[in-house]
Amino acid sequence: MRVGVFVCHCGRNIAGTLNIEKIKEEVAKHSGVVHVEDYIFMCSDPGQKLIRDRIKEKNLDAVVVSACSPSLHEKTFRNNAASVGLNPYKVEIANIREWASWPHEGKPEEATEKAIKIIKATVEKVKSNIPLEPLSVPVTRKVLVIGGGIAGIQASLDIANAGLEVYLVEKKPSIGGKMAQFSETFPTLDCPQCIETPKMTEVANHPNIHLYAYSEVVDVSGFVGNFKVKVKRKATYVDWNKCTGCSECAKVCPVKVSSEYDVGVSQRKAIYIMFPQAVPNKATIDPEHCLRLVYGKGCGLCAKTCPAGAINFEQKEKIEEIDVGAIIVATGFDVMDPSLLTEYGGGKYKDVISALQFERILAPSGPTGGKVVRPSDGKEPKTVVFVQCAGSRDPEHYMPYCSKVCCMYTAKQALLYKHAVPNGHAYVFYIDVRTDGKGYEEFYERVLREAEATYLRGKVAEIYKEDGKLKVLGVDTLTGKGVEINADLVVLATAAVPSEGIKELAKVLRIQTDEYGWLKEAHLKLRPLETATSGIFIAGAAQFIRDITDTVSHASGAAAKALSLLSRNRIEREPLVAEVNEEICSGCGNCVEACTYQAIKIDPETNIAKINTALCEGCGACQASCPSAAIQLTNSYKKQLFEMISILAKE
Amino acid sequence: MKGSLILKKVNSEFIRKIVEVSGVNVFACYQCGRCSASCPLVEEMDILPNQMVRLVQLGNEEVLNTATPWICATCFSCTARCPLGIDIAKLAEALRSISLRKNIDKVKINQISFGELMKLPQIALVSNFRKNTSVS
Repeated sequence: MRVGVFVCHCGRNIAGTLNIEKIKEEVAKHSGVVHVEDYIFMCSDPGQKLIRDRIKEKNLDAVVVSACSPSLHEKTFRNNAASVGLNPYKVEIANIREWASWPHEGKPEEATEKAIKIIKATVEKVKSNIPLEPLSVPVTRKVLVIGGGIAGIQASLDIANAGLEVYLVEKKPSIGGKMAQFSETFPTLDCPQCIETPKMTEVANHPNIHLYAYSEVVDVSGFVGNFKVKVKRKATYVDWNKCTGCSECAKVCPVKVSSEYDVGVSQRKAIYIMFPQAVPNKATIDPEHCLRLVYGKGCGLCAKTCPAGAINFEQKEKIEEIDVGAIIVATGFDVMDPSLLTEYGGGKYKDVISALQFERILAPSGPTGGKVVRPSDGKEPKTVVFVQCAGSRDPEHYMPYCSKVCCMYTAKQALLYKHAVPNGHAYVFYIDVRTDGKGYEEFYERVLREAEATYLRGKVAEIYKEDGKLKVLGVDTLTGKGVEINADLVVLATAAVPSEGIKELAKVLRIQTDEYGWLKEAHLKLRPLETATSGIFIAGAAQFIRDITDTVSHASGAAAKALSLLSRNRIEREPLVAEVNEEICSGCGNCVEACTYQAIKIDPETNIAKINTALCEGCGACQASCPSAAIQLTNSYKKQLFEMISILAKE
Repeated sequence: MKGSLILKKVNSEFIRKIVEVSGVNVFACYQCGRCSASCPLVEEMDILPNQMVRLVQLGNEEVLNTATPWICATCFSCTARCPLGIDIAKLAEALRSISLRKNIDKVKINQISFGELMKLPQIALVSNFRKNTSVS
């Protein structure tokens, strides 16, 4: 065996801590190592050429690249070696950055010792690696998009326009998402009705898009290229094939419920169409409030009124199964419930509202017809206080991150308020004004001039009621003086939070979320659209809060990823899967339980475990659970692991 | 407190001492001012609590000559509300301690008559020592 070891400096990331010369000297002594070389950036073009040249010159038949995590560049180095005829599975990465130089920055000598052991152990592994060929599997050239906000809409249209079939699943009765709730959008002041509604209609009419509104994804099995998805189509109690969207039912329904679409600013009926431009424009009965459904008898006014005879109280939810090759998760975001912000009187005072509620009040098509009134008494507020970072940038109490969109929408709301109430005045409490987008800073300046809003630099301490007035207690750190404002209305720019139910959905999809519930990308810098599960992509604010411009770009990116995956009829998969030694396997079934991918079954005739290599992700859980080492991962054989451990554990 | 800032002391012994005495990482502060907005005694202060933190961040020893740390009633409103978990009340206490260690004693206990001493509550005497010593 002729092994070449290539040690990367990663600039100062590795070489700043580790003694490269010492590493080279020690590793060169290890049996089988015929060449050791270092370079400042092994992943760069000259670095890769260096490896290719040495493979040829020194006739290497295995390579260890000592560099960063394999999740970053394993593929790069394997492809590189393959291009000069070395089997890619004879290339291994020794991670001396994340495992040695980074965590032990202050201890260069010990870190160097550790790095040497890691490299030697990897050399030992690569020596007994078996050369492999990738597995090829057929793909289903269809895409599932979860979430029908602007991200899901954009991704669906891009894929459908490229000629592939799309299933768009939305849990609410209409698509449109948060964007459909906004009054106008910054910095252009386009109204969503003008720019989003046409896209919603396009989705509904597109021959390649199957729109499943009021539906939820409940189960996903399979793997990249071949997912099997179960979609629950919730009962609407209205036959949507008959419903014409005339809304006569809602007129006669006697039950009023707080409207989700208007965020509680108005009421809807128990049978309702979410909003006039809803797509699909069909009525839905809310089973928690409909008298007939709650009591099982009586009322039924809607059924008597419906000219199309579409009401069906007996309707049942049903599960539909669909096959897709890729999944795009576009579940968006929610805003923090203002009642969590007790120091600001959220949920306690009617006139302390969230910015999303104020969007509905400002919206020309909203419940007040665009007339700005406050919830408590319907009067026009003359003094409005906007509180930015309400729940954001506050690691001690709420969310540590900046919610990114609040600076811009607060400026927009201050401007729209001034347009609606010219003799009113807006105060904006801020910590920093962040205007990081095209035309954003210019828009902010326009608001300062045109809305004459008073920007106060300081975080509000508390909001309380005194003599029937809302008192806002703050500070202006620029003048160094405390501030007290009697407000008619307070608008809280509540923190953006991951959408409700995302953690459960992530479990179903077997993808990760971060500690808050934002979907975790495969790599924050270089793979922000992909999840760690291949074939599942993220679009829009589900990954992290972003504005409409960024969401649309992100969604088109996710669509492109799905399209490139499904551009061929077959795809290649890693051959690093589990294999069973049939001589040893006793059919105990431990591995079947350990496998989260349902890739193992016990053959009823032979009583031996059988692997479905198409489903196997190569995680190794089966290997750890097998009492007799009958099941092992290709190129992570027990023998290899023990050899590695004995090197790593050596004193 | 007028004039331009002298920034040569941003990495001084003074800051290190305050960090050591208080155990507070003052560098985390992003100057949102919520401590000042929360402070019930802010009107009595010559500089705001957030400005006190700022002067410490800049290593400006003038902070020891301000009244703010001494007016602080240690009610902890600032500490409770600071989004970054900076214990501003502790910082004020550290500033007072540092002043006290300079041993400038303005209350001469031997000049208080025995009769007065008998009448004064002990707690008032102790807080007098702690508070009325170094404000110049």
